[in-house]
Amino acid sequence: MATLRFTKDHEWVRQEGDTATVGITDYAQEQMGDVVYVELPEVGRRVEQGKEAAVVESAKAASEVYAPVSGEIVAVNDVLGGDPAQVNADAMGGGWFMKIRLADPKQLDGLMDQAAYDAFVAEQH
Amino acid sequence: MRYLPLTDADRRDMLAAIGAASIDELFADVPKAARRDGLVDLPKAMGELEVERRLSAMAAKNVAAGSVPFFVGGGAYRHHVPAAVDHLIQRGEFLTSYTPYQPEVSQGTLQYLFEFQTQVALLTGMEVANASLYDGATACAEAVAMANRVTRRNKAVLSGGLHPHYRSVCETYARFAGNQLDAQDPAPGGGEDLAGRIDSDTACVVVQNPDFYGEIRDFTALARICHDKGALLVVVVTEVLSLGAITPPGEMGADIVAAEGQSIGNALNFGGPYVGLFATRDKFVRQMPGRLAGQTVDAEGRRGWVLTLSTREQHIRREKATSNICTNSGLCALAFTIHLSLLAEEGLTRLARLNHAAAVAAADRLAAVPGVKLVNRSFFNEFAVRLPRPAAPVVEKLAERGVLAGIPVSRFYPERTDLADLLLVAATETVTEDDIERFAAALTEVLR
Repeated sequence: MATLRFTKDHEWVRQEGDTATVGITDYAQEQMGDVVYVELPEVGRRVEQGKEAAVVESAKAASEVYAPVSGEIVAVNDVLGGDPAQVNADAMGGGWFMKIRLADPKQLDGLMDQAAYDAFVAEQH
Repeated sequence: MRYLPLTDADRRDMLAAIGAASIDELFADVPKAARRDGLVDLPKAMGELEVERRLSAMAAKNVAAGSVPFFVGGGAYRHHVPAAVDHLIQRGEFLTSYTPYQPEVSQGTLQYLFEFQTQVALLTGMEVANASLYDGATACAEAVAMANRVTRRNKAVLSGGLHPHYRSVCETYARFAGNQLDAQDPAPGGGEDLAGRIDSDTACVVVQNPDFYGEIRDFTALARICHDKGALLVVVVTEVLSLGAITPPGEMGADIVAAEGQSIGNALNFGGPYVGLFATRDKFVRQMPGRLAGQTVDAEGRRGWVLTLSTREQHIRREKATSNICTNSGLCALAFTIHLSLLAEEGLTRLARLNHAAAVAAADRLAAVPGVKLVNRSFFNEFAVRLPRPAAPVVEKLAERGVLAGIPVSRFYPERTDLADLLLVAATETVTEDDIERFAAALTEVLR
C-alpha cells in the first residue's frame, strides 16, 4: 500500500515499495503562483534528506525543493521541462518531480501524514 | 529628505542616538595602520581662476593618448568615437537612468538593452547575450563561475594567452568562491597543451582570441575536445572590434563568450568605466549571470519589453542567485549600441579592415628596424615584437621623444626575464602613416 507523507517545506512523498515519488503540495503551488520553470536533478544523483534536490520557479520567485528522504534519483518528470504548468494543474499527480530509491524507508516515519499536514497548513494562516 | 551637509549639532544628535562618543569610534574595526590621523595636507581655499591655472599646469604634464603617436593596447583600445554617440547618450532620459528595478516603466531603456543584446549575440555568434556586465575581466570571472554551475565541476584551465589582468580577477573570485584555477604560463606564440590539462573536475577551459600577444587562434578542435570531456569552452575577446574581421567564437564552438566592449562607442576613459559583454548558448541561459531584457506583447498585443528570467538574480534568488551582479554598464552599453548601429555590418567590417591595415603597416615598418623581430604569425590590430634589449626602458625613452610605443610585457610578468624584451604594439584606425614613421625613427634612434 502506498504511504503518503508531507514535509514542513511543503513537499509530498509517496512510497511505492523501495522507491518514493516526490512533488510539491497543492498548497505550495498555490502560494508560488504560475510555475514557469522546474530544475530537476540528474538521474543517478544521490540526495540527502533535507538537502536541495530541485528548484521550482514562478514568475516572481524561486524556491528550493528539498529531498524529503535520502536515496538515489531513479527517475525525473521530464514532462515538466516542456510544461512546467503541470505543477499548478496537478501538483499531487502529473506534476510530480522525481522518484527516489529509498536509502532508509524509516525516514518516512518522521514525516507528517495527511491529517498532520492539513493541521500544519491551517496553522500558517 | 534634504541632501544638505550635516551640522555639528546633527552629528552630535546622531552619535547620541546610537551611543557612540565620536565618529572615530565608528571606525574602531579598521586596523590602526590602515587609518590616517588628521586631515590630508591640502592648500586652503583658492579662487576659481587660480584653481583652473593650477590644474591646467598639472594636466599639461600628461602625455595624452590623442596628442602623440599612440600604440598602446593590451585590452583597452583608442578608437574614433563619432560625435553622434556622445550627443545621444547625453540625453537626460539615458544619462541619468539606472539599471531598471521597476523595469516595465522604462521601455526605452529595455528596448536599447534588447538591441544591445541582439548585437552582442550576432557579433559573438552566440544564441543569447545579457544586458552587459562591468567589464571584460569580471565577465571572464563570471563565465568561470557559470561553467562551474553548469557542469557541477570546480576547476578552470586558464590559457597562458589570457590577459593577465583577467587571470587575476579570476583569482580574486576563486579565492573567495573556493574554486580551483589551473593557470598556464604566459605563452607568446602559443604551443601550450590545453586539452591535456582537462580532467574529470574541469568545468571549463578559458582561452582568448586574439590572445594577449595578438595572435589569432582557431579553437574549433579544442571546443570539440572540451565537449567530449564534459567541459565548456570559454572564449575571451579583449578587442571586440576584431569580430568584424575574424571568425566569431560561436562558430568555433564556444559555450560562453566574455568580452570587453570598450572599443565600440567608448573612449579609453582612464581605464573605466567599460562594458563587459557576456553571451552563451540558449540551453545554459538559466545559469547566466546578469540582467536580461526580453521582447513580449502587452495586453493589447503591442510590442513591449520586460526584464526576463529575473529569478536567476539576487533580488529574488538571494544567496542562490547566479551572480551577485544585478546591475549592468547601462550607459556604456548604450554607447556601444549607438556606435554599432551607426556602423552597421558593412561599417564594422570596414573599420576592422582599417585597423588590420594600420597594424600590418606598423608591423612591417617596425620589423625593418635593426634588431627588432615580429613575434606573431598572425594578428588583428595588435602584435608583439622582440627588441634586442629589455622593452621597459626603451618605452620610457620613446615616451621622452613623444611616442607612446606600447606595453612592455615585463609590466605584467616582471619575474619572467625571458619576456623582458617583448613589446606589445597596437595600431588602430587612429594611427597615421606619419605616426608609424615617427615611432620607427624614434625606435631606431633609441636602439642605436
